[in-house]
Amino acid sequence: MKILVYCEHNQGKVKKGSLELLSNAITWGVEVHAAVIGAPGSLENLAADINQFAPQHLHYVENEKLTAYSPDAFSQALADLAKAITADAVFTSVSAQSKDFFPRLAVKLDTGMASDCTELNIQGEKLEARRPLYSGKCFANIEFLGPKPYIASVRPNALGMKAAKPGAAAIAKVSAKIETVRAQVKEIVAKSGGAVKVDLTEAEKIVSGGRSLKSAENFKMLEDLATTIGASVGASRAAVDAGYRPHSDQVGQTGKTVSPVLYMAFGISGAIQHLAGMRTSKVIVAINTDPNAPIFQKADYGMVADAFQAAPALTEEFKKLQH
Amino acid sequence: MKIFVCAKQVPDTETKIKVTADGKNIDTAGIKWILCPYDEFAIEEAIRFREKNAGAQVTVISAGPDRTTETLRTALAMGCDEAIHVAIPENADSFLTAKVLARAIEKSGPAHIIFTGKQAIDDDAAQVHQAMAEFLQLPAVTVVLKAEYSANSVKLEREIEGGAIEKYEVNTPCIIAAQKGMNEPRYASLPNIMKAKKKEIKKFTLADLDVKEGDVKIQYKNITLPTERQACKMISGDVGAQAKELARLLHEEAKVI
Repeated sequence: MKILVYCEHNQGKVKKGSLELLSNAITWGVEVHAAVIGAPGSLENLAADINQFAPQHLHYVENEKLTAYSPDAFSQALADLAKAITADAVFTSVSAQSKDFFPRLAVKLDTGMASDCTELNIQGEKLEARRPLYSGKCFANIEFLGPKPYIASVRPNALGMKAAKPGAAAIAKVSAKIETVRAQVKEIVAKSGGAVKVDLTEAEKIVSGGRSLKSAENFKMLEDLATTIGASVGASRAAVDAGYRPHSDQVGQTGKTVSPVLYMAFGISGAIQHLAGMRTSKVIVAINTDPNAPIFQKADYGMVADAFQAAPALTEEFKKLQH
Repeated sequence: MKIFVCAKQVPDTETKIKVTADGKNIDTAGIKWILCPYDEFAIEEAIRFREKNAGAQVTVISAGPDRTTETLRTALAMGCDEAIHVAIPENADSFLTAKVLARAIEKSGPAHIIFTGKQAIDDDAAQVHQAMAEFLQLPAVTVVLKAEYSANSVKLEREIEGGAIEKYEVNTPCIIAAQKGMNEPRYASLPNIMKAKKKEIKKFTLADLDVKEGDVKIQYKNITLPTERQACKMISGDVGAQAKELARLLHEEAKVI
């Protein structure tokens, strides 16, 4: 089996989700090709990141029209590469970008795609993928009916980062032929006031707060805790609707679906729509004053406590652990 | 000028999911079906567009089994002018769904703009918008928070990681997939609900669209419920002792800190 792993990059670094996928792919005993896409001459410095988990081949897919993201151009570039190397499967980590252009890639290759998978199993020439349905209320095992290449996207943190295996991939430069660019990014605007944060969907640890935090200012306690353990801050829908946090921080059915290694919920009761967004987290911690809050039924560890006292106390304890 | 909205019928977010005995499907008995919340933003955007553009007409289109017509009536009650039902089997994949929607729109167009939600909250595949755009050879921008419409183009803002925004300008016809926050969807008014009951819903079969039922690329081999977590370990004591114990457990037992 020959698989092509799309590696997304941002500001000169390969994204962590892509490296996580690559770190797994090289343990599967298959021929692994990695591909990065961008402007001519802009991709060479990415080899260092890729070679920590060295695949057999690394393709620099280049064209001036690939300087800024375009779903048309990126899908064409990757489709042509998949055909040229006769890939049996094309995989990516889930991101805003891959969610956008991979469905086009699938149609270009006249094939099917399993999105947002949490497991991939390759046996001989067959691929089976497992993915959540109904916001993780159940899981489906997906069968690919062909033709190849089979396409799948994998949720960040689902496979876990595997050990580094440094080496040197054989490098090939590909001049992509780009015919049609119908939509292309003209400008990217960061959210006002904030530095670029790790997105919740990519975060390894998340500290979330509910409406019982009572104000936007009180989320500072969770920010402090998050900083101590290298986490991102999330919120329940109620907290977002109350204006304490922006919608981009919302975890749940109409917000983000996350599966971090650690999810800590402060003052979140655990409505089914919230659980929908975080139930696939590896370890769930719930802190709530109500011992009957439904969140405790989905949590691994629980504390009946007031978030206002628990958050600073935990921050202190985590700090002690780091000394 | 024709505006299309692709909408999907999905189980209510409160639904408790059960799996059928053969493990191939979910048990649909007793499920309350709703219009996908993201498609509500798409419908609202289409209606607002019509309100500002004389001569524009909004057609809502949905692919699914027969019960899908209920959801089309909801969309009509919100203010869509016409409805089209494309009859496809339960659990058809995104490839087939996108293909039939594209063909039905081709037969009913020409489309000026096609709106849809950023994803359906049943299978959460988030594929149909861009896949349909590829079948129709149209530009598509997804996860859209804001659109400014001109005669032959649309300026769009798409949400990406960390709440950052990508700006686009695309020519019409185009496909726009709405994110929550693009607008505030209206409720159906009573007169519109009454009118919606009487409207004719146009129907396409797969044969009408020259698509074979077997033209799917993936299928569910089986469906399983998630493994239940072990019972929650409750930590007792005063808050100081609780925090100390929790930190220890996360460090030594769960090994995540």
